[in-house]
Amino acid sequence: MADYPKDTSIVVDDVTKAFTLRYHRTFKQVSVALVKGRDLSDTFNALDHVSFTVKQGESIGLMGLNGSGKSTLLKLVNGIMKPDSGTVLTRGRIAGLIATGAGFHPQLTGRENVYLNAAVLGMSEQETARKFDQIIDFAEIGRHLDAPVGNYSSGQFARLGFAVAVHVDSDIFLADEVLAVGDRPFKKKCMEKMQEIRDSGRTLFYVSHAAASVRKMCDRVIVLENGRVGFDGAVDAGIKYLKYEDENPLNDPDDMGDLDEELGADI
Amino acid sequence: MTDTGHVPVSEQPLVAPSASNGLLGVFSRRYLLRLLVRREISARYQGSFLGLLWSYINPLTQFFIYWFIMGKLIGMAGRAENYAIHVFAGLIVVHFFVETFNAGTRSIVRNKALVKKMALPREMFPVASMLVSLFHVGPQLIILLVACLVTGWSPDLVGMTAGLLALGIVMVLGTALALLFSTANVFFRDFSSAVSILTNFVRFGVPMIYPYTLVAERFAGHTELYLANPIADGVLLMQRAFWTGTTDDPTVTALVHMPDHLLTRGVIALGGSLIVLVVAQLVFTRLENKIPERL
Repeated sequence: MADYPKDTSIVVDDVTKAFTLRYHRTFKQVSVALVKGRDLSDTFNALDHVSFTVKQGESIGLMGLNGSGKSTLLKLVNGIMKPDSGTVLTRGRIAGLIATGAGFHPQLTGRENVYLNAAVLGMSEQETARKFDQIIDFAEIGRHLDAPVGNYSSGQFARLGFAVAVHVDSDIFLADEVLAVGDRPFKKKCMEKMQEIRDSGRTLFYVSHAAASVRKMCDRVIVLENGRVGFDGAVDAGIKYLKYEDENPLNDPDDMGDLDEELGADI
Repeated sequence: MTDTGHVPVSEQPLVAPSASNGLLGVFSRRYLLRLLVRREISARYQGSFLGLLWSYINPLTQFFIYWFIMGKLIGMAGRAENYAIHVFAGLIVVHFFVETFNAGTRSIVRNKALVKKMALPREMFPVASMLVSLFHVGPQLIILLVACLVTGWSPDLVGMTAGLLALGIVMVLGTALALLFSTANVFFRDFSSAVSILTNFVRFGVPMIYPYTLVAERFAGHTELYLANPIADGVLLMQRAFWTGTTDDPTVTALVHMPDHLLTRGVIALGGSLIVLVVAQLVFTRLENKIPERL
């Protein structure tokens, strides 16, 4: 561990994570499969020998097609999952949103979830109380605050989750397609907040399909392809690289510049 | 985790984000644990009108069934003085254990929204289930205490030690089994059904609705096997704490109705439960990796 420089924020070293595809789970299915001599399970590598390091304060745009391993990588960096082999190391407190949304409990009210979520992210009771008004102001959920979050619209849900995550004093901020839901004014607000986070010297890990917003937010792009690092380097080259791979019209090179376009493309 | 002044990031070490030190990690994050316990209490009776009252209605109805059917109809009451207190003291232990075991087994699956998206020690959930059940023990103990005082009971040192041992055994063993079965339940939901069947045996495998003397009489020579069940020891210890003191001659009752070396047996049961807890933690740590993807 000592051989990493002091300003290293995230180390991902030769990380592999395999998932099991389960064909047969019930007693009946298993016995039929055994009789017919079929495979009981199959595994695939969601991440396959992935390595990179991130310096404190860098903002990384993590790109790739659906199913290329972006969310899995984020879960490993967040500590929700452990790699099967290789090492993941991080420095400091981590906050963020994983797989479009926060870990909220549907039965609890917005208020209770804010406290619970903040506690999971390592905030104390006083710290949460101090920031509570800011969080609520940011989320703009008004009197829904005391309703169970299970009844929230997907936009409200995401707004509250994002609001908690950005108000934690984190050193690493993870954002997984945060802007996928939420209306335009809120997306704009999120972008501004994320720029603020980036400018405050925190490490930003931003998953997005929108080339324009990655271009605006990030200073480095990592492209994942079937669980491998396909590209790691400058933003423009990364976007160009990705373009090569998919013909997704949403990533059209002409969508840069205009804010509306940039947000709209983030689906 | 400090409130005042965020430690500069360059001062902090590079660590594995998933690093967890199991149960120790749970108790170092007491504030989070407290929130989870509170959440669990409110969630258990979500949408019900009587709410928390259900946690008293359930053991009380069980108590009346046992007291009436077993005590009056089948005639067990004749074999043990103050039969109602005999049953209720046992029921507190059994109910605490059964509730911890059942709710603990379901705890991780029930909290999957959190488990899948937040990094927190997953041991939190079974431990929180145990603490919620412990929280329900309080008022039951008060009811028992009042009943005991009415029948002229006075506390003694051995009895109180026995009572604490009883609660300790259930806390440790309940947490251990909750840990073990909560992971198992992630892989196969069959385990929660199996646990409800298992807990049925618990009610009849302890000297609660029948006195220990009956066991000593019918299974003479095999009582050691019967007493190897830590919950049976827990029930006897709890009865030693409250029930024996309410009888006409507590010394004689303790001699006749309790197995010999009861406290020693209790300490051994607690030690055994601690070993199960260590094993459960080791198994949990091994299986934990696969939890998020299997939920």
